[in-house]
Amino acid sequence: MVTVNRVLLLFAFLVGAPLLGGLLMGIDRKISARLQGRFGPPILQPFYDVGKLFLKQTLVVRRSQNMFIVFFLVFVIVTGAIFFVGGDLLLVIFALTLAGIFFVLAGYKSSSPYSFIGAQRELLQMLAYEPMIILAAIGMYMVTKSFSVAAIIAHPTALITTLPGIFLGFLYILTIKFRKSPFDLSLSHHAHQEIVRGIATEFSGPTLALIEIAHWYENVILLGFIYLFFANDPILAALAAALVYFLEIIIDNTFARAKWQLMVKSSWIVTLVLGMGNLLILSFVR
Amino acid sequence: MSYLSKSPWIIHYDASSCNGCDIEVLACLTPLYDVERFGILNTGNPKHADIFLITGSVNEQNKAVILNIYNQMPKPNVIVAIGICATSGCVFRECYNVIGGVDKLLPVDVYVPGCAARPESIIDGVVKSLAILESKHLKMTSGNEATQEISKVA
Repeated sequence: MVTVNRVLLLFAFLVGAPLLGGLLMGIDRKISARLQGRFGPPILQPFYDVGKLFLKQTLVVRRSQNMFIVFFLVFVIVTGAIFFVGGDLLLVIFALTLAGIFFVLAGYKSSSPYSFIGAQRELLQMLAYEPMIILAAIGMYMVTKSFSVAAIIAHPTALITTLPGIFLGFLYILTIKFRKSPFDLSLSHHAHQEIVRGIATEFSGPTLALIEIAHWYENVILLGFIYLFFANDPILAALAAALVYFLEIIIDNTFARAKWQLMVKSSWIVTLVLGMGNLLILSFVR
Repeated sequence: MSYLSKSPWIIHYDASSCNGCDIEVLACLTPLYDVERFGILNTGNPKHADIFLITGSVNEQNKAVILNIYNQMPKPNVIVAIGICATSGCVFRECYNVIGGVDKLLPVDVYVPGCAARPESIIDGVVKSLAILESKHLKMTSGNEATQEISKVA
């Protein structure tokens, strides 16, 4: 019975995550437009965009550059699969990092000055957010005595009550992971044309569509992390994930972009104070 | 109607324009006109763009730049000439360094005359070009028209 449930969950993730991710992206664009006093695109616009990109011709600098994007997508899906069947949280984090590395390699492979800068900035972003994600997993282990996602969900109390610092720290680095405004450095989505489109500059047509789909999967996985903090009450947890996403949209639209120095310094300070502080207090209390 | 006409992404290039038409092109992105409601985005990257908006007449200096941008755009794509200078060269057509309108260099699909072209007519021109984009895609999937076109331009 348990295995059947897991297969169902896996299937729900593979099909549902891109649908949910695309829908969230559409809602994001609509809310952003309304915040800027515009009417905004239809909610389904991200699906139209990806549908169109699949109709376009593929232009490449090197043929191998597309292979890295395929691996990026595959490892993002693997990450989500491990996460949603209730696998090992550490493995989830490492698989997500590997996916990120493939994205960086794709940027380096396409040998354009813009994608080079984008890839370097993506590495700096990983440097900034990775410690906090690891601390989040350690914190969850200290409370639940398990790295398994299934065991963490089964824990009787909400993790937010024992890990408030880690939750806030995770929120901080989530802005980097969602590629939202203050730290949207590597793709330069909002600071339009500053480094053209960063890593994605040299990718066109179907490959760009794969990048978009990988980001949809990634966003759903990240919201899954938020879910873990409230997992004892599924309705509250889903509400919290939606609220966090809305908060990210607000942050995206209110903050000007920061330089990478500020990103790395501030996220490490947040990790040290909120993340490590939370762990220290937790270890004294136990 | 396929996804092509639901999400046209634009690249805008200023070929010796007086900036009048450029301001009107950018005015289309403002809350008043908000072309993003049609899924139109200003990409600034030829590899992501479907529609090439050119303002101003073509001269000897930017000839190579326009060809370079056009050759980097994945097919199917369309070219829209914005303003009377891009359409025919206007009063500058006799200048020693001016070649003329964009159609002297590239196959233009839609002409949007005006000095400066108004945002309403620019949006109208872009919407008209979507039908051409669709038909180019049909031709592309049925024959090898697109590859012939590339060799012709290059």
